[in-house]
Amino acid sequence: MKTVQLKFFARLREQLGIAEIAIPADQAPNLDSLMNWLQTQHPHWREALEQPLTRAVNEEVVNDNVDLNPGDQVALFPPVTGG
Amino acid sequence: MRVIRVQAEAFDIQQEYDALCTGNREDGAVVFFVGRVRDMNDGDAITGLHLEHYPGMTEKTLASIAERAAQRWLLNRIRITHRFGELYPADAIVFVGVSSPHRQAAFDGAAFIMDHLKTEATFWKKEKTPNGNRWVTSRDSDQQRLAHWQQGEITDERD
Repeated sequence: MKTVQLKFFARLREQLGIAEIAIPADQAPNLDSLMNWLQTQHPHWREALEQPLTRAVNEEVVNDNVDLNPGDQVALFPPVTGG
Repeated sequence: MRVIRVQAEAFDIQQEYDALCTGNREDGAVVFFVGRVRDMNDGDAITGLHLEHYPGMTEKTLASIAERAAQRWLLNRIRITHRFGELYPADAIVFVGVSSPHRQAAFDGAAFIMDHLKTEATFWKKEKTPNGNRWVTSRDSDQQRLAHWQQGEITDERD
């Protein structure tokens, strides 16, 4: 099955209790549909997913609803705090 | 010459400085910044820090920041080293060092890299306090610092 890989980091990873999941690519043709699929499949994640999160596709931050392809790596994470 | 490293191991500041200078006769200015773990934050004692990052994206982001700095100022050498994992008060977390023929480019270039690292590089700090562990939240002041670089008030640049 073709999938899109989704990674979670930091506080969000702890809140969801999981670091990574695979999503059927046909359920996630773009970033917004991926988010909708997540909320539908995991309604108890809603609150955690509604906090301010950065979205990255293939290790680049994206601010818009970009199209996704099988094999893409998506990441969701809270604002960064390094340095 | 650009060197970007993301590592669990401690780094040696003298070695970092030497690497900016060795064989370098064209640059009259070296500026570096070292970020360290404090023993206090938001009024609480900090006994340690866990630093998480996004392997792959972190290195890519740091390289992109260095590239943007090098396009704006003449920075012949750029070195960025950032640690992850377990750290303790007084440990060095990050080293950002640059060399340039002239000091203003070196000061501005190093500050630009550090300001963008704070808001873009995929690191997250979790503090250990006597009352338990907590994720550090981002500061608005870090975001506001970026405006400083966008308003064009800096007299750069590469000439």
